[in-house]
Amino acid sequence: MNRLAVRELALLAGLVVMVGLIQAWLGTAYTLRMLVEASCYAILALGLGIQWGYGGLFNVGVVGFVALGGFASVLLSYPVNEDFLNSGSAAELARVGLYAVLGIAVVFAISRLHRLGVPRGLCTAATIAAAAAVYLVVTTALDPVAGEIEANAGFVGGLGLPAWTGWLAGGALAGLVAWPIGRICLGLRSDYLAIATLGIAEIIKAFLKNADWLTRGTLTVSPLPWPVPTPDEVGFVWARAGYLCLTAAMVVAIYVLLERAYRAPWGRMMRAIRDNEVSAAAMGKDVNRRRLEIFVLGSILIGIGGAALVSFVRIFDPAGFLPLNYTFLVWVMVILGGSGNNLGAIVGALLVYIIWTLSEPAALLLFDALRDLGDAWFGWDAPSDLQSRALQMRVFVIGLTITLVLRFAPRGVLPERAPRHEQVGPR
Amino acid sequence: MLVEAANLHAGYGEMNILDGVSLALEAGEIGVVIGPNGAGKSTTLKALFGLLRVSEGSVRFDGADVTNATPESLVRRGMSFVPQERNVFETLTVQENLEMGAFVRRDDYRHLVERIYALFPPLRDKRGQPAGELSGGQRQMVAMGRALMVEPRLLLLDEPTAGLSPLFMSQVFEQILAVNATGVGVLMVEQNARQALGIAHKGFVLASGRNRFTDTGQKLLADPEVARSFLGG
Amino acid sequence: MNELVFFVNKVLVAGTVIGSIYALGAVGVTLVFGILRFAHFAHGDLMTAGAFAALAGAAGLHALGVSTPLPIGFVALPLAMIATALLAMGLDRTFYRPLRERGARPIVLVMASIGVTLMLQGLVRLFAGTAPRSFFTGERKDIFHIALPFDLADRPIIVTEPQVLLVLLTAAAVVALHYFLTRSRLGKAMRATSDNADLARVSGIDTELVARTTWIIAGGLAAAGGTMLSLDVTLKPDLSFSLLLPIFAAAIVGGVGQPYGAIAGGFLVGFAETLSVFNWSVLLRVLAPVLPETVEIPTKLAFVPPEYKIVVPFFILVVVLVWRPTGIFRGRVL
Ligand SMILES: Nc1ncnc2c1ncn2[C@@H]1O[C@H](COP(=O)(O)OP(=O)(O)O)[C@@H](O)[C@H]1O
Ligand SMILES: [Mg+2]
Repeated sequence: MNRLAVRELALLAGLVVMVGLIQAWLGTAYTLRMLVEASCYAILALGLGIQWGYGGLFNVGVVGFVALGGFASVLLSYPVNEDFLNSGSAAELARVGLYAVLGIAVVFAISRLHRLGVPRGLCTAATIAAAAAVYLVVTTALDPVAGEIEANAGFVGGLGLPAWTGWLAGGALAGLVAWPIGRICLGLRSDYLAIATLGIAEIIKAFLKNADWLTRGTLTVSPLPWPVPTPDEVGFVWARAGYLCLTAAMVVAIYVLLERAYRAPWGRMMRAIRDNEVSAAAMGKDVNRRRLEIFVLGSILIGIGGAALVSFVRIFDPAGFLPLNYTFLVWVMVILGGSGNNLGAIVGALLVYIIWTLSEPAALLLFDALRDLGDAWFGWDAPSDLQSRALQMRVFVIGLTITLVLRFAPRGVLPERAPRHEQVGPR
Repeated sequence: MLVEAANLHAGYGEMNILDGVSLALEAGEIGVVIGPNGAGKSTTLKALFGLLRVSEGSVRFDGADVTNATPESLVRRGMSFVPQERNVFETLTVQENLEMGAFVRRDDYRHLVERIYALFPPLRDKRGQPAGELSGGQRQMVAMGRALMVEPRLLLLDEPTAGLSPLFMSQVFEQILAVNATGVGVLMVEQNARQALGIAHKGFVLASGRNRFTDTGQKLLADPEVARSFLGG
Repeated sequence: MNELVFFVNKVLVAGTVIGSIYALGAVGVTLVFGILRFAHFAHGDLMTAGAFAALAGAAGLHALGVSTPLPIGFVALPLAMIATALLAMGLDRTFYRPLRERGARPIVLVMASIGVTLMLQGLVRLFAGTAPRSFFTGERKDIFHIALPFDLADRPIIVTEPQVLLVLLTAAAVVALHYFLTRSRLGKAMRATSDNADLARVSGIDTELVARTTWIIAGGLAAAGGTMLSLDVTLKPDLSFSLLLPIFAAAIVGGVGQPYGAIAGGFLVGFAETLSVFNWSVLLRVLAPVLPETVEIPTKLAFVPPEYKIVVPFFILVVVLVWRPTGIFRGRVL
């Protein structure tokens, strides 16, 4: 235990030194930006970390939940679009919404008909037919309205609420999407959850990218409001410092809450389930329910972290949500930090993000040097897209890191500290 | 000695179950392991067959040290094992199950398949049927037949009569005797202790991962203490 | 009649083509899932890598001055299949087998396969760039116009040479696979391992040999699928993620561990995709003369806009997981 604490302190000290060096080299504003982003990633890593570390759940759709968080921020806190409100489209859209609500109610009612004695098979068939019909009617009705909005107003705009409401809504939306997925997949082996989360992330991205009337699609939305004074008001350094205070406070608060939950009966039960699912189930614990809780909770955290991250960048660009920069980067943070260790997730996030940021100029530098050398020594005619190829090196390195950690340090750099739950159940 | 295990220690992961089990069997003998539930009987068979790591003690088969040898190499040496549960390939046909038993053989084994059908006549008609569709007794035949395809000198059986009706049970015991009559040594774990000890040359009573009694089958049956504690009075 | 021809071109031909591709991928996924017991996320990249191997092979053959009536990429396919099979075996030996031997949980292998995905993606893009590539730079793609022998249809059914080859190849692969799995000793051992891995070990089946064979088949078929897809359209280095979901859906619909199920699942997903994005108003327009004036046929009547095609395999996946997780061919739920 003591050795571990020493290791954590050493890592932390190393981090501080690294940050100091970067500050001296690249300036305060740059360092602050990096730290804010790193702290947002720490929130993501905490969310993914509890899913993996507490629940043994494999979520490959982090990027989707991040995008949802950003989208909720836009919807709630972006200024109201007067053009849209004053055009007839608002009423039209409300009408489509009404259709959708009515349609869902009808489908639901039909799906309950078996209670009134309608045969099951017939009831199922009718439900499917009704759902398809409602779906067609609503999409057909939405199409012209969406086109009108795009033509006249650009997009629907936001509600103009304070930024923090958007963050909370981001968490709520992510949790809302996670819930049905968890319901479907958590009774099955974790592979299925991995496949399903991968799919839902792709769908969320496709939706946000193509629903121009809602998100402006590839035209992007900016500037997103901040919950603290913006650079326009107080300058880069002060604004970013303020933002950092906020996100750092969030990281600390989430950490403290998670640690408390971990030590509470709920956390003990989670660990019992993870370490020995069979005996936990034999003791009458509702394993899938607990897992669903952890999955939704983790997704909520990812949604909030995503909202904070997207707000900080101030631009909502649905095309920019690459799995690599979110899902896989966060995975590296979590498994490096050690599964089931929240402090590890935070340290992992800071460390990996700093290295990640620096790796971009480093990769470019390296490849420029390679090109010059290749040119000088062998007359190598480098391909013109060398720069974009150089950045692909980082994809390789992320993949390599994942496989190496799994093979050689399966419990991470900072393994879980609490003793593993002892074997329970009948001998 | 055909097989000789001395002072076996083995278990699952960190958890040690066997705490010094010893047993020995001559070629062509039937050995029966009995004991209460959770005594470590199945664990003993798995440790013998290389399915668990033996942390202390040794296993000798036919004079050679085979402690922690892989199941595949043991099969090649002439030992085979019928687990208690899930002991047939359910989606493979009866015939294919037998062929899988002969996976390590590179020679022509068709005559062996015929011998198995002669030993277990009901299987002949079901040769093309998936083993998962058979009755419990027939599955047990497939499982034993699969294990016999390597012409083993030692057959390990884990509760071959579990879940069978009394009629089928006697049938299984007869088949085991028939197999033994061809010179195959049999080491079996059984719940029907009396019936099993009745056909055993040697009996081993285990409790809590240790030997409690070791003797000939008849003597164990006659021992009042064994009868009181392990044969239900 | 022209509407029907349109339907044939857009749905039947396109569905068969994409269904064959999915089937070739899904067979590998289902074999790995059933025998090695983890969802292999790097399968899409195995397909991409195979296509690049074929591209390199085609370039090599071209440089040697080989010229054939068949597309040169297709001629290079056997080489690509061998190379990809070796790659798959190498990946297993380097990344998956050590974890397997350590007794790691299956989900750890899933994670490792994601690491492998990223590595393959990075390497492919590093060496080949991110731009799409065409196999048909030095030769022409043959396109067959099949005119229909009746007057009502003046539009032909259009099929390209790679499409014909793809369907033939898929059929050949299915037959070969069937004979291998039901007749050969190793094929039966693969089925046995997929059915009950513990019993396979107990029976003395060499499970590492079975694993190697699985990777050879999975890698070879992945290369075939990736190459044929690239011959049909173009070779995109980032194709893997969009292939992954339909392939997994196909494998799960067909029942995990069931190769025939995976083939059926591949075609099911392929046809579901083409049917969903098909504009049904084209067919409905035929009815216009008999419908009353007041009924207006919308100009666009597709279930799913093409940009949301990814929803289709996901929807199928969800329906199967809810309604029958064992799949239509009664595979396993791991
Ligand atoms: N796969 C396993 N993992 C962990 N413990 C096991 C496993 N199989 C059996 N055990 C434990 O080992 C002990 C002995 O089991 P076993 O050898 O199967 O007993 P039996 O004598 O009834 O065959 C039991 O306490 C059981 O709970
Ligand atoms: Mg037992």
